[in-house]
Amino acid sequence: MSQRKAVALVSGGLDSMLAARVIQEQGVHVEGINFFTGFCVEGHTHAIRKKDRAKPKRNNALWVAEQLGMKLHIIDVIEEYKSVVLNPKHGYGANLNPCLDCKVFMVSKAVEWAQANDFDFIITGEVIGQRPMSQRKQTLPIVAQESGAEDLLLRPLCARNLPETRPEREGWVDRERLHDFSGRSRKPQFALAKRFGFTDYAQPAGGCCFLTDAQYAVKLSDLWQARGSRQYEIDDIMLLKVGRHIRPRPHFKLIIGREEGENQFLEGYRKQFIHLRALSHKGPLALLDGVANDEDLALAARIVARYSQGRDAPSVTMEINRVATPPYALEVPPCRSEEIEQGWVL
Amino acid sequence: MSETELDARNLLCPLPVIRTQDRVAQLAAGEVLSVHCTDPGARVDIPTWCRINGHEVLGIEQQGRELIIRIQVGTD
Repeated sequence: MSQRKAVALVSGGLDSMLAARVIQEQGVHVEGINFFTGFCVEGHTHAIRKKDRAKPKRNNALWVAEQLGMKLHIIDVIEEYKSVVLNPKHGYGANLNPCLDCKVFMVSKAVEWAQANDFDFIITGEVIGQRPMSQRKQTLPIVAQESGAEDLLLRPLCARNLPETRPEREGWVDRERLHDFSGRSRKPQFALAKRFGFTDYAQPAGGCCFLTDAQYAVKLSDLWQARGSRQYEIDDIMLLKVGRHIRPRPHFKLIIGREEGENQFLEGYRKQFIHLRALSHKGPLALLDGVANDEDLALAARIVARYSQGRDAPSVTMEINRVATPPYALEVPPCRSEEIEQGWVL
Repeated sequence: MSETELDARNLLCPLPVIRTQDRVAQLAAGEVLSVHCTDPGARVDIPTWCRINGHEVLGIEQQGRELIIRIQVGTD
């Protein structure tokens, strides 16, 4: 019999790492697949903020693949993922996280990949009861069914709590050597990690997607409301992760760099946005997203001046660049703290 | 042999890796790809991707904020 091949959904966390290793141990050839939705926490923010640059950085999915000695395929699904975010059939979790639809989507993409690359089955690190929305006893069959994976979807960490799948029935894997984990406790995972000799792994469970973040969800909802439509481009969702967002008027908001790394990142968007910075003092770069007349620009300048080193000065000279026309200087009194209304800050 | 360039500047992890992966898939074994990026994370991630996928990093050069990673495409 030729060696069977499985594709493993790899997030970079512990569970998917363990699931892949459990199947590798049974002599199956495993390759990893990882999907980039644009909302992945992995990588981005620590690549932007200067204070985080001193910390060791790695993409955990790649790191896991290297530890397991397997290939990893990272797939850009930004465009296709929009329908998951905008119209989740199963709704959202606590914030704008469409966890169940997301899992269905990712497994369905893995099915497509497996078919195109002649792989036999799909594995995930799911555990019954681990997550309140997407990993419940009632939802695991939904993922298998709606993704089209059906009984070619194997969850090695909790397989013995679930009906037999085809890889088990056909003897591609030995069910007895799979696991029966359930619930929110992480102890069985930690014990298995110890057995495999894994001592260094990413903090498991949760926190891998910006859509689960309440503050991020507020900013995304604000973006949709301001534009009058629930749409986004990759630059929109990147910019929501960066800077201080202040919307003083319904028709424009400011994205103000909080430190050098963010200012450098925002520099890359100067040609696309009206932008402001202090000339007379050190201060941040701010992008203006929306439309603004002269009065709006004066207000924007006063707000941005507030975040410059001239915040307590009687006036700050600001440069305003409308992109299409030459930049000009404007002297403004910085906003006082109480002038920045609480509701403006996203 | 000619060297192909890939502009991955101003992209954040994992996009430089994805763009590298997609471009390497179009090249023949032995060809060289020179990836230009600005995300400091690429210094770790692109060589890791190369190791697990059987490609060789010929060199990494820092030019100001820009990182240039030269990759020789492997046989698999």
